[in-house]
Amino acid sequence: MVDNSKGFHVLTHFIMIFLAIFCLLPFALLLISSITGEDALIHNGYSFIPRAIDFTAYKYLLTDSHSIVGAYGVTVFVTVIGTVTNIILTTLMAYPLSKKELPGRNVVSFFIFFTMLFSGGLVPSYMMWTQYFHIKNTIWALIVPGMLLTAFNIIMMRTYFTSNIPDAVVEAAKIDGGSESQILTKVILPMSMPIMATLGLLVGLSYWNDWLNGLYYVTKDNLFSIQVLLNKMLLDVQFLMSTASSGMGSDLSAKVPSTAIKMAVAVLGVLPIMVIYPFFQRFFVKGITVGAVKG
Amino acid sequence: MLIPGCIYIFINNYIPMGGLMIAFKKINYRIGILHSPWVGLKNFEFLFKTKEAWTITRNTILYNLTFIVIGTVIAVGVAMLLNQIRQNGARKSYQTIILLPHLISIVVVSYLVFGFLSTESGFVNNSILEPLGIAPISWYSTAKFWPYIIVIVAIWKSFGYSCIIYYATLVGIDKSYYEAAVIDGASRWKQMKHITLPGLKSIIIILTLMSISKIFYSDFGLFYQVPMNSGALIDITNTIDTYVYRGLAKLNNIGMASAAGFFQSIVGFVLVILANYIVKKIDEDSALF
Repeated sequence: MVDNSKGFHVLTHFIMIFLAIFCLLPFALLLISSITGEDALIHNGYSFIPRAIDFTAYKYLLTDSHSIVGAYGVTVFVTVIGTVTNIILTTLMAYPLSKKELPGRNVVSFFIFFTMLFSGGLVPSYMMWTQYFHIKNTIWALIVPGMLLTAFNIIMMRTYFTSNIPDAVVEAAKIDGGSESQILTKVILPMSMPIMATLGLLVGLSYWNDWLNGLYYVTKDNLFSIQVLLNKMLLDVQFLMSTASSGMGSDLSAKVPSTAIKMAVAVLGVLPIMVIYPFFQRFFVKGITVGAVKG
Repeated sequence: MLIPGCIYIFINNYIPMGGLMIAFKKINYRIGILHSPWVGLKNFEFLFKTKEAWTITRNTILYNLTFIVIGTVIAVGVAMLLNQIRQNGARKSYQTIILLPHLISIVVVSYLVFGFLSTESGFVNNSILEPLGIAPISWYSTAKFWPYIIVIVAIWKSFGYSCIIYYATLVGIDKSYYEAAVIDGASRWKQMKHITLPGLKSIIIILTLMSISKIFYSDFGLFYQVPMNSGALIDITNTIDTYVYRGLAKLNNIGMASAAGFFQSIVGFVLVILANYIVKKIDEDSALF
């Protein structure tokens, strides 16, 4: 038992390192391909060995191309506005619901909870947002449908309020003459920073990564977020491939961004996540485990 | 305080529920949705007469079942390995890395896949098949590989997430059980069989039932964006979600799209209720409601 213990640990690390490489390799291919010269890419394809290092793709994207800078702007705007609004709405829902004396509490709770069980699906939602709210091709299409408030987050925050903030604290604030809104902003919020940070990161991530709202509701290219732009560029590759095989690709390929640029855009799309993730790792892990246990 | 949120939920979630009635209508945008004529079950008749109705149902369910089985086995296995690692730094690094794929959008995943599988410049065709003297494969038009590709991509993206949930449960198992087992001379295998797996049993059952309740839903991006919406792959990658989207946006066949959506919503709802009922039978505290 003691003898094979060391061997067992080596094996464990071996498997975990293998899995870690399995998770990271695709990102390495993306990154290396994006800094490989175009000629090398055409000759040897995407590869882990950068045969000719060349940053032209990034230079092109950041200086000559308006679409990428614009898309970054759209994504940042949508992420910030969406996340802030989401957290405010979630707090406004979760705080009253955390109070046992609230009249009609169960009715409201069920009203929220039922949306986790049953949904109208894409077709009615699409028709409502486009026919009655005329949201198509506005910036709100990227912020409002589906993502502004979710039952799951309300429940997570309510659970945090009920289990982590002692009633005595709220009672004391009441005796000191604090109104409900003062109690919420001066007492509850400062005590709730961990859950705010966790939910804020998860919501921000889902706004940053969202491309479905863009796919459904946006066709104007000045409103493309970075993810929608990525989606469109990949479909253009496909378009290029299908036309190239029928022998008319040559003059089209001059317009479509080149092989390296495709990978460079994708790198720019994940870069912010990759950069901040290691620092906020524990919040993400916490969000997942709390959600799984309490949700 | 509750008013803004309730209004949003009413609009965003409840109006579309009422909107499910369009599955029984023939929509005409000019006269408006409410005034469009009722056609009874016509849309459903059309839908279930097509070959696609069977294909999309089969694909959605079979892919999900595969994800559940393989995903659970891998996630539980990795969580156990993670639990064996004593060095805090190493454990944290592994945890950080395996969760990374979960955090990126499926659009970026489709680029990663494209980097490997692109016919002209993909890594597999250029750096693996060519040195071996095998002719390049046109991945995006060869259907037989895609069930495997889809499964690998789905597992790659999601195993870190469920692994972290299982690991969090493992950490909660009382260490004294293991100490007692070691004193009694139990092997690692026996410890796993008699302490670890029973400790994970209820969370495994719950997560599996949750996934079963979502068996009629699929990750739209995985089946639409990753195969690059390729026509040659449609039989093997079409699921209910991609079918509804194509019906709505590409073919303008609202009748069938809404019928398929209705089918998905109702069966999905029944499955959630059923799954919860079963969870309740097994473990009262873990039930959703």
